[in-house]
This record gives sequence, structure tokens and C-alpha cells, in this order.
Amino acid sequence: MSDTIQNMQIIPLEYYIFFCSALFAIGVVGVLVKRNALVIFMSIELMLNSANLLLAAFSAYRNDPAGQIFVFFIMVVAAAEVAIGLALLVMIYRSTHTIDINVLNKLKW
Amino acid sequence: MMFSKYLFFILSFIAIYAALKVLISKSPMHSVLYLTLAFFAIAGHYILLNAQFLAVVHIIVYAGAIMVLFIYTVMLLNLNIQGEFPKTKLVNIASIIAGGLLMLTLIAVFKSYDMEVLTNPNYNQIGLVKTLGKVLFKDYFLPFELSSVLFLAAMVGAVMLGKKDIY
Repeated sequence: MSDTIQNMQIIPLEYYIFFCSALFAIGVVGVLVKRNALVIFMSIELMLNSANLLLAAFSAYRNDPAGQIFVFFIMVVAAAEVAIGLALLVMIYRSTHTIDINVLNKLKW
Repeated sequence: MMFSKYLFFILSFIAIYAALKVLISKSPMHSVLYLTLAFFAIAGHYILLNAQFLAVVHIIVYAGAIMVLFIYTVMLLNLNIQGEFPKTKLVNIASIIAGGLLMLTLIAVFKSYDMEVLTNPNYNQIGLVKTLGKVLFKDYFLPFELSSVLFLAAMVGAVMLGKKDIY
């Protein structure tokens, strides 16, 4: 256990903040740039993961187990979201034969 | 104990490289595989934080379940014929600038708040299954049961959407 305490003193919490912010920004850029709906889903997963990691880091540094329980619940919700989202995607592909989001703009106007 | 610091940098580099390759790759299959690599790097981060339970759950849920779903969807959609059309350059540049600004804002917000780090040396086993299980089944028992209802609803919804003759 003393190893972990030393680790926490060696790695500052700011490093985790920088890393998770970068990962979140990459996810946002992915949602904005890509046109493939599947890759947009993957970018959303990246954003969820960066938020999870930061939550776990704060939980470990502040000695509060509740943060890690929240990460567990976020994982549960993400799994359900992916199952529904991919089923929707397959259904859309079956009816329109594309998952290009610039084609799927019927609800835009 | 400089080793863990190097490990942190290596894992961060792998995760960010894989995340960038998810966006750069043309083929969705390559994107999925790079995303798996990013997930494994993040699981390594959890182990570095002494959150073993989260690391194992992360590997099981993300690398085991979600990635298989993604790969199956890529297989079902047969995207290689489709060919992906890039957006206009202006939109790309604007979104990259917006993402960079978002990152700067996030870092500035977190930096402006002065965080004191509290680590109690006597009790630092919060990532272990024993501690988390006690908290989960004592304080967060109702959300835990509700998440099972959520899973049931998601399963029924996915089966409903997957049926052929609903539209």
C-alpha cells in the first residue's frame, strides 16, 4: 500500500487533469469532424472514458470510494447506451442504406 | 519510484495516440481496433490509481462487450463499399479549433480551483473489491437495483429495434 501513496505523491493530480482534458477534446473533435455515425459513437465512448478516468483519479486522491461507484454506474449506462445506439444504427442502415450523418438530416428543418 | 511516473507517461501517450488514430483512420474497422488499444491503456491507468476493481470491470465491459458490439456492427453494415466522404475543409478546421479551445477552457477551469490533495496513509484501499462492495451495497443499493432494470429495458429495446418487420 505504501507504494500507492508514493505514486500519488509522484504523479500530481494535474497530470490526470491534462490527460483527461486532452482525451475529452479529442472526443469532441471526433464528434464534430467525422461523418460516419459509427465513429461518432466511438468518439462518445472516448469522452465517457475520459470523464470516468478523471472521476476515478479524484476518488483515489481524495480517498472517497463513492467516486469509483459512480464510475461503475457510468459504465453501466454506457453499455446500455451502446446496445441501443448500435441497434438504432443497424435499423437506420436497413431502411436508408447509409449511416452518413449528412444524409440523415430529415429532422434538421 | 520514478517507474510509475514513466508508466503514466507511456500509458498516456498510448491512449492519446490511439484516440487520434481513431479519428484519422479511414476504415471503421481500424478505428474500432485503435479504440480497443485506447481502452486497454485506460485500464492501465486504473491499475496505476490502485483501482483494481474498476480496471477489471473496464476490461470486461469495454474491451469484452462494447468492442464486440462495435465489431459486429461494422461487419453487419458492410461499410467498406460505402466509402466515406470528407466534410469541407472549413468545417474540419473550425471543429479542430473548437476542440482545442474546449481543452484550454477545461484545463483553465480545473487549474483555477485550488485543489488540496488529501491522502490518508492509513486507509488507501478504496479501489479494492471489498471496500467498493460495502459502499455499493450499503449506500448505493437502490441505484444498483435500478441499473438492472435499465439493462432489462435496454435489452428489450435492442431486440425490438433489431426485428425486421417493425417499420
